[in-house]
Amino acid sequence: MNAPAEFALLMAGVLSVLAFASIVTALLKRRVAPDAPDPMIENLEARVNAWWAMVALLALAMLFGRAGAVILFALLSFAAMREFLTLTAKSRADHYALAAAFYVVLPVQYYLIWIDWYGLYSVFIPVYAFLFLPIIAALRGATENFLTRVSETQWGLMICVFAASHVPALLTIQIPGYEGKSILLIAFLVVVVQGSDVLQYVFGKLFGRRKIAPVLSPSKTWEGFLGGVLSASLLGAGLWWLTPFAVWQAFLVALLIAMMGFFGGLVMSAIKRDKGVKDWGHLIAGHGGFVDRLDSVVFSAPIFFHVVRYYWSVV
Amino acid sequence: MQVKHIFAGLLAMVIVLFARLITAVRAIWDGVGPTPATRVYFANHTSNGDFVLVWAVLPPQLRRRTRPVAASDYWLRTKLKTFIGREVFNAILIDRNRETREQDPITLMAEALAEGSSLILFPEGTRNTSEEALLPFKTGLYHLASQCPDVDLVPVWIENLSQVMPKGEVFPLPLLCTVRFGDTIRLKEDEGKGAFLERSHAALLALKEHGDGA
Repeated sequence: MNAPAEFALLMAGVLSVLAFASIVTALLKRRVAPDAPDPMIENLEARVNAWWAMVALLALAMLFGRAGAVILFALLSFAAMREFLTLTAKSRADHYALAAAFYVVLPVQYYLIWIDWYGLYSVFIPVYAFLFLPIIAALRGATENFLTRVSETQWGLMICVFAASHVPALLTIQIPGYEGKSILLIAFLVVVVQGSDVLQYVFGKLFGRRKIAPVLSPSKTWEGFLGGVLSASLLGAGLWWLTPFAVWQAFLVALLIAMMGFFGGLVMSAIKRDKGVKDWGHLIAGHGGFVDRLDSVVFSAPIFFHVVRYYWSVV
Repeated sequence: MQVKHIFAGLLAMVIVLFARLITAVRAIWDGVGPTPATRVYFANHTSNGDFVLVWAVLPPQLRRRTRPVAASDYWLRTKLKTFIGREVFNAILIDRNRETREQDPITLMAEALAEGSSLILFPEGTRNTSEEALLPFKTGLYHLASQCPDVDLVPVWIENLSQVMPKGEVFPLPLLCTVRFGDTIRLKEDEGKGAFLERSHAALLALKEHGDGA
């Protein structure tokens, strides 16, 4: 348990923001809905409370360094894939392939990250799981919807396990002059991307007029998108001291991951529409499921990982 | 005796935790609420885990007084199963074979209801492995309703468990499950066996469709 000094400062900032959000919610509740419960305020309250829990969990995991991050994200991958594969096409013949995805592929991917075997963890799911799971499914001999079934399973693995595992993989990147601080890269990624989600929500609620993708996601507006992504990029620039980046670099990287997060939300909305559901799950009160909360992080993590590794790492 | 009770209680907790880990099961009270009335919960049956899920979503004080009705030929097969069936789930074990049985199953159930227990019952009588959503009901539910006309019958639709644990598979797949509780029904005066079974069957199916449409 040895977090860099910057971590304490960041936590103080995050906790102040949460405390502020709780106070604003309480005031709103008193003003807008003193007697009867108002659905929007209830939802806001649930969201803020869930944020407290999520921040506490993430902070706890980060205090335990690589072990904490690997275990936390392995569990999140499990919870996310449990939601994702509930909605995908499958038949009884997929039982072994799906069991292998949960009980073999997922733990192996996180083990490879734990032992820092970059050459294998970056191809394990896109190559090995991609080739072997369809073999397992084919051996059971059911051909109906075969391509749909294996593709949707692979998609679930790529999103929920492969992409998500790039968050703890950030800890394996070695940057000169940044030794022992790589946990702060996770903090930067999560704060900017989740901050962007929250800021998009706030800007959307306050100023949202023009819908940006009415078919995919009726709640997303141009005002929310521009206000959220730009303010999150400024937030990222303001957090340069957490990172090995200069201020302008921090701004550009934050812009990149906030954009990826936004588009991640759009893509996952398209899948939800296709499958006819509003939320992926129900376990995070006010937010929906784990996939609903993680979609933006999952889309930005691999890109963030590769940008940092390519431009800042020595190996 | 004491140790046995504690062990049974711990095992019940482990089973419920495991069921929650695999299925993240959620209760939707779509008709009645989770109140401590004496009830017969009747549910669709696709998997051996069915009543574990119903049991897991009941609040603990209701869970303690809710007993599954299960086949003795399955639950008395091994020592472990006997312990789980008798001590952990406190099941009412019924001999499905008319020739060998000593006690009438309906009498056993009626006695448990009279003691204040609620029941979990699978009126299809066996696990449904067909393409049909719900098999025709056996007559047990009707006989129970006519013997205990004051007890509320609550339809319960268990969604998705057949995919988690299809018949014959060893590993459960982690997938989300929902348990949906509907509105009470009772046997009407002058209602015949066929009409009642059809009505209760339709009530359970309607609950499934309500879930699919939402």
